[in-house]
Amino acid sequence: MSAPPAAVSLAGVGKTFGKGAVRALEDIDLAIAPGEFVSLIGPSGCGKSTLLRIVGDLIQPSVGDVIVNGKPAHRARLDHDYGIVFQSAVLYDWRTVTKNISLPLELLGWSRGRRNERVREMVELVELSGFESHHPWQLSGGMQQRVSIARALSFDPALLLMDEPFGALDEMTRERLNMELLRIWERSGSTIVFVTHSIPEAVFLSTRVVVMSPRPGRIAGIVEVDLPQPRGAETREQPRFFELVTEVRERLAGSGAATAPTEPALVTEERV
Amino acid sequence: MASRGATVGPAVRSAGLSVLVLAVLCAVWEAYKWIGERAEIRWPFPVNERTMPHVHDMVGQLFEPSRRNGPLLIDVLLDAAAFTAKEAAVGFVLGASVGFLIAVALSQSRLLQRGFLPYIVASQTVPILAIAPMVVVGLGSKGVTGWVAVAILAAYLTFFPVAINTLRGLQSADPRALELMHSYAASRWTILWRLRVPASLPYVFSALKISATASIVGAIIGEAPSSIQEGLGGAIVNFNQYYSLEPRNLWATNIVAAALGITFFLVVAGAERVVVRRAPENVA
Repeated sequence: MSAPPAAVSLAGVGKTFGKGAVRALEDIDLAIAPGEFVSLIGPSGCGKSTLLRIVGDLIQPSVGDVIVNGKPAHRARLDHDYGIVFQSAVLYDWRTVTKNISLPLELLGWSRGRRNERVREMVELVELSGFESHHPWQLSGGMQQRVSIARALSFDPALLLMDEPFGALDEMTRERLNMELLRIWERSGSTIVFVTHSIPEAVFLSTRVVVMSPRPGRIAGIVEVDLPQPRGAETREQPRFFELVTEVRERLAGSGAATAPTEPALVTEERV
Repeated sequence: MASRGATVGPAVRSAGLSVLVLAVLCAVWEAYKWIGERAEIRWPFPVNERTMPHVHDMVGQLFEPSRRNGPLLIDVLLDAAAFTAKEAAVGFVLGASVGFLIAVALSQSRLLQRGFLPYIVASQTVPILAIAPMVVVGLGSKGVTGWVAVAILAAYLTFFPVAINTLRGLQSADPRALELMHSYAASRWTILWRLRVPASLPYVFSALKISATASIVGAIIGEAPSSIQEGLGGAIVNFNQYYSLEPRNLWATNIVAAALGITFFLVVAGAERVVVRRAPENVA
């Protein structure tokens, strides 16, 4: 486990779409330390998914500097410094669970023996033993998302970017996967940047919650989550948990956004 | 393995259903003939022994000598079918390969696509009957044997659906899947072979199923202007001339031609089941 100087550093980042017609993001300054679990929360259209993609060098910012693992975001992407998980699992239908997890390893040129060994570890980590040769359509939504997480972690990236990974799952599956994600985070020691709509989810998972305001997206406030680690089911019942949920909710309300809407954001983006 | 076992039942059932439908179609044919002859139907054509032979007569004709003391008609037609199948198969493979490569090339550049696609579409508006003599005579003068020229005509009909559908398939990849590939800093080539081509396979196979039968039609039609006698096309031209004397020969030939087309189709459909691993609802 390597510990680079700063996991993510954003300075004066802004993004406009369509020749300045839509201002998606403005004046984003944020530094994320290695090993942190940071959630980006905000209403639909606040640009949080766009911000995540800017960190991943999948969208170019209009202004500002993006440093990932101490190097420009572009370099970091070429160096495979991060893994990404989307709201949908984005598994390849024609590949089994095993082959889906090993996809990035194949692209990185790992030997078959090394790949097989790592995939075995990952399958165990996300508790999918027995489903190795299943195809994606034979799995439940929660299981598909676990495969997607295993794939993102398979090559041991220092940074994990997650774009509403549990947004499409039912509440019970979501809470179980939240616990699993925390366990994985503790074990892997990676930095996680997590986009979500859910206030309790953000508070439960994060070390810091970044509250964003809508159009143009700005950072409206940052809530430090001082709940003790490791967290478990009882964490959700502590008074401090409710205080923090209330604090995040008030920050959201104060930022001009009502409470978090339930429908997922329609991310309009340009490919670069 | 469990899925393999589960697919046997439906396969048997669908084969049974096909036989049932065939039986119903034969019954409808016979019923129309029976009524038509008694009611003296004149429109759209007069119904009689010449226009609508009995089903059992058409099939029975296969097992009659093709000429006095000659081999059975079915033996003659199976030889012809084998000849046509060779032309069609070569044409199918050639056309499908060319179509696939064209699609891959066009998928890499919007400019190429805009420049070439209209001409690829235009190529299919030229009737094959107009091209056939040119291809056959042109290649013949270069010493190419007749059946190869016919295979090229079959390829001409085959490449088009494959090119168009494959192109669509190559562009069908989920935008998120493309983002995923970009997050791995995958090269254009890697994205093509690891994502776009596998994602296109359901589209490719639905085109191959169209092309499988189109290649047979191309081979049969190509034989006529090429004056090739050995194939089904030659047989059809021949029996067509004597239709008023012996209509059953032509019908029997049609049955064999249809059987050949179905065989080609089933081979491709079988390959699809082996190659394309998709959720049942996502198989195009």
